This record gives sequence, structure tokens and C-alpha cells, in this order.
Amino acid sequence: MSQPGPYPGRPPHDLARRLVAAAVADDLAAGGSLLHQLCHAAVRSLSVSGCVVHVVTGDGESGVAATSDERSNRVADLSFTTGDGPTLDAFTLRRPVLVSDLESERSRWPGFTESAVHREGIRAVFCFPLQVGGVNLGVLDLYSDRARTLDDAETALALAFTHLAALTILGDNQIGVDGRWEPLLDHRAEIHQAQGMVMVDLTVDLGEALVRMRAHAFSEGLPLIEVARAIIAGFVLPAATAGETPS
Amino acid sequence: MEIERLADVFVEVADTLVADFDLIEFLHLVARHAADISGGAAAGLVLSDHVGNLHHVGASSEDARTLELYQVQNAEGPCLDAFRYRRPVVVLDLAEEVERWPMFAPHAIAAGMSSVFAFPMRLRDRVIGALNVFQTERQEIREAEVRLLQALADVATISLIQERAVSRAEVLTEQLQVALNSRIVIEQAKGAVARTFSVSVDEAFEMLRGHARTSRRRLTDVAHEVVTSPSGPALLRPG
Repeated sequence: MSQPGPYPGRPPHDLARRLVAAAVADDLAAGGSLLHQLCHAAVRSLSVSGCVVHVVTGDGESGVAATSDERSNRVADLSFTTGDGPTLDAFTLRRPVLVSDLESERSRWPGFTESAVHREGIRAVFCFPLQVGGVNLGVLDLYSDRARTLDDAETALALAFTHLAALTILGDNQIGVDGRWEPLLDHRAEIHQAQGMVMVDLTVDLGEALVRMRAHAFSEGLPLIEVARAIIAGFVLPAATAGETPS
Repeated sequence: MEIERLADVFVEVADTLVADFDLIEFLHLVARHAADISGGAAAGLVLSDHVGNLHHVGASSEDARTLELYQVQNAEGPCLDAFRYRRPVVVLDLAEEVERWPMFAPHAIAAGMSSVFAFPMRLRDRVIGALNVFQTERQEIREAEVRLLQALADVATISLIQERAVSRAEVLTEQLQVALNSRIVIEQAKGAVARTFSVSVDEAFEMLRGHARTSRRRLTDVAHEVVTSPSGPALLRPG
């Protein structure tokens, strides 16, 4: 379904990871966190004006975890001050909200649009929920100064950045540092089934279950899918895996 | 297939589409009818993500062995061909296609399948997935059946575009992500329920569907609550 985009032939997850690695190496965000570097990598590679990562904690507290620039930070705040906006919709509806021209959808979010368009000069907004099934961690926003769409390749890359941001929030700090990541496109049903099982086995939340599975796979040097199959066959992850975060 | 039954199928499909329907449950229904219409052993729907990977989203039978038949088609098989070449694929005898699909064909034969059909899910100028039908006994497929199955694939496609603003190109991306993520939630819930009640993942799926039906809730919402609420899978405990 992908058509050739800015970087034809490169799997988007691999590309996104390399772009974040390059941002870290160049220190694009000047000493910022991995999420800040990711925001800068997204802005640079997708030719957008800004990128924000919003994080919502388990008890419903939300905040901006990283931004590419000060204006994006102000736009991100608008959702909370005005009480509406595409970011909130993306989070509560658990779906991407892609608005290629805010002017034409003014009635959808009157408060947000008024300020975002007129005060901050934003015309297009693309909000991607940071989710893996039932794990819902926040939203990654992309802002553009001009009305525009994302083509298929750009959408794929934006989704890849979103996925990387979600894993980073879940505690995986290995983005871009080396080639340590499991292939991120592995969405085989067994991995998700096993995640639900670990949630029950260890009485942890669903996000933590994925972290534990990944940590175990890493410490045992196994592919994630093999760990998942073992879990489905009855294997229970040792509770001690909690402390063994890869270093 | 008799005309009365055919009418029933489309009435049921249309009825489901009208209300605030659950996408995954609907795709499931389409798959089940596709299997019935063709006298097939199993039918399933796969959707493409933005990278072109095919993800199973609904099937007439959710047993692991059958699901594997959709999964393996990320590498090769009738779904991938229907998706890539944008046209129906009709194979009456899988045994003759081992060279064409050296991995998929033996896999399907080992699962007891003899014939396989795949129909592209077409939306305007693109293909977003495929409808896959398997038969355990080699039999001819009539032209009328091919057209009917293609029509069901098209209905499944239309169901993805619920919004009126079909002209908005972004709707397709949004809906595909919803469908793919809903399917992940259901898999996660299957795992949680299977472990809680010491049942197989297939039985867990039936429990989730049963609960959704009796409580008149959407399958995806039930699955989501199972994996995110403090009461979790205990939600499904009878009584």
C-alpha cells in the first residue's frame, strides 16, 4: 500500500530508528532527552513545523513529555486550556486524528482552532495515539504551518516515530543507541496474547507486561516471538525480570 | 446458494452496518458468511498496514492453526497475490501450486485445505486487504459465487469507511489504524482471559464474544475493559 516517499525502499521503523540515532549523534535537541531528539528527528524528516509528545499517566494526569520547539509547546498547552482539540480526541477515541486544514474544520474544535490558527499560525495537525492495543500512553502531535496532507510514506514514518515514542515511554531507552531493538513490526497475534497472559501472571498493567517480555527476551537472547510462544504454552515469566532492564 | 438465503445474508450485513457497530465483530460476520456462501471450511479477512504487512482482522474460525494460514501469507500466498495484483485469485487444487507458494501451499495442505480463493478489498484506486476462503474438498467454484464473494469483500471495505466525509483521504488511514489496533486489543484480552480461566485462547475468544453479546456491548469495548480496568478479566466471571 505504500507508495514511494521521501526515502523509498527503507522500512519505516528501521528508518525512524536511524533518524533518531542521527538526532542523538548530532545532539539536535542540545542535550535533550531521547524523546526530545525523537521530536527533532520527526520535524526534520517529515518537513513539519513542530512535534510534541504528550504523556498521560495511569491516573489520568497528562503533560507534555517532549517538544521540538517553544511554539509547539504552546500549541500543546492549548488542548488543556481550551478543553478541546484533536490531541484530546486522538487520546479518548484511541484513533489517529489527521487534520490537513484546520481552517476547514473550525467547528470541530472551536476553542483550539481559534488559538492554534490565529495566534500560533498552525494550519495542519496530525495526532497519533501512543498505543499498543489496550496500552494507551499519550499522543504524538505533528504541526504544520501550511495546510498539507501526509502521503503514505510519510504516514508510515510518522506511525513508526509514534511506536518508538511509545516504547521509549514504556522504559526502553535503547532507541538509536545500537541495533538492539526487536523488529518492531512483529505484530503477530501470539505476542499480544502473551502480553495479556503476562499481565495476569505477574499482576502488572498491560504496558509493563510488554516491558517484562522484552526484557526477558533480551536477557535470554531470544526473539520476542519465541518468548511469546513459550508463555502461551504455559511458561510464567520470573517476577525477578523486573530488575533486569537491559543496560 | 438459494436466493432467499442470499437475501438474508445481505439483510443481516446491512442491519449490522446501520447501528453503532463493532468493526471487528462485523468483519467476523462477513468472514462467516463468506465461508457459508462458498461452502468453505474457513474464511478470513486481512488488512494491510502502511508498510504493506497483512494483518488478520476477522475470521470465520479463530483456531490457531487456521489463523496461522493468514499470518504466513505475509511472505507469500493467495492473499498477498490478490493484494499485490488487485484481482481475485482462484486455486482449485493447492497441491498443484507448491512451486508457486513453496511455504504457504504445504502449510495449507497440512491444515487439511484443498482449494483456496482470495478477493482483493478494493477502495477506489487502492487495495487495502483481502478476503480469503479455504475449502477442504476440491470443488469447482461458479462464476456467480466468485462475484458474490467479491461483493462481500467490497462490503467489508465499505464498512471501514463509516464517516460521511469519505472524500477526506485521512479517514482511511484513521480507520485502518483503528481496525488494526482493535485487533491487537482483542488478542491481548484473549491472552488475559485464557490465563485467568485456564482455557485456550480460542475458548477465551468465544467467552469475550459471548459476554459482548449478552451485555449488548461492542466486542472491542469489552476487550479493552478486560485489559485496562482494575477488575480486568474477572469481568467475564459468570454470575
